[in-house]
Amino acid sequence: MASSTSAYLRGIRAALPFLLVVVPFGMLFGVVGTEAGLNLTQVMGFSVVIIAGAAQFTAVQLMQEQAPTVIVLVSALAVNLRMAMYAASLAPHLGPAPGWQRVLIAYFNVDGTYALSHMEYETHPDLSLSDKVSFYMGTATVICFPWYLASWTGAVLGAAIPASLSLDFAVPIAFMSFFAPALRTLAHVAAAGTAIVLAITLQWVPYSLWILLAGAGGMIVGAEVERRMAQ
Amino acid sequence: MTGWSDATIWVVIVALGIGTFVIRFSFLGLLGSRELPEWALRHLRYTAVAILPALVTPMVLWPAATGGQTDPARLIAALLALAVGYWTQNAIATIATGLAALFGLQALGL
Repeated sequence: MASSTSAYLRGIRAALPFLLVVVPFGMLFGVVGTEAGLNLTQVMGFSVVIIAGAAQFTAVQLMQEQAPTVIVLVSALAVNLRMAMYAASLAPHLGPAPGWQRVLIAYFNVDGTYALSHMEYETHPDLSLSDKVSFYMGTATVICFPWYLASWTGAVLGAAIPASLSLDFAVPIAFMSFFAPALRTLAHVAAAGTAIVLAITLQWVPYSLWILLAGAGGMIVGAEVERRMAQ
Repeated sequence: MTGWSDATIWVVIVALGIGTFVIRFSFLGLLGSRELPEWALRHLRYTAVAILPALVTPMVLWPAATGGQTDPARLIAALLALAVGYWTQNAIATIATGLAALFGLQALGL
């Protein structure tokens, strides 16, 4: 038990720097959501029920553009597909945990909790299962709960911001901060470049389907470049 | 929100909540520790760096705030943010650069 407590505290400590990202992003979502016309309960619905920043911004953006509901759902879920990879990568470590714990782990699976926990499990492969779960919950405590609070704060502040002071540019810049730091290899750059070119050339495709086509094209090119580089 | 009833907004929230949970639970809960095939993992690695740039591109090139007209200030600010994000690998630096550049360029009258 003592060991699990210290693993939990280590998770908290490891995640503290992420507050610098989580708090501004959460507030930004609250402000942007409110400016888009969501009420406080709906903003909190997004941040508590979905708890995935990039997907939340995607959904709100497409709803503002009057995209069909199905396109809003599929596009936002496509943004979250990377989490299937996170789940697959956590499974060897956390798969043996009891069912209710795996439900909580899945709910809290965001970029930060995944990245920190996976790094911890790789550097300390001898950790017990309960230590691994405790560390993960420590990171979730610092990353996920402030996300709710920051969204709420942003929504309350956002209602006071005049619409004339348009924050539209904050959305593409927030997206850019999600992917630009992730462009680590030639394959990442090729995937992003392909997606950008396809996004420009496929604008004529109806129902905002160009998003999925450009995304799929980028993924295929990225995967193919990685495969060839590995040979 | 214009064009969206409260009920439809909640349908979007709940459907995205369920869908996102299914994605997160997938290989952790349903499939146990069974491994994904390598080709699937290889494609999943590029979801974020493909979908997000695709979404951003029209917002930068044809911003709704300018009625879809390309705005040099927004375009330059976005390219600077992209470059800083790429070189520093720092999310906050990316945002700070983009917003500072936009406000700076607008102050200069661009």
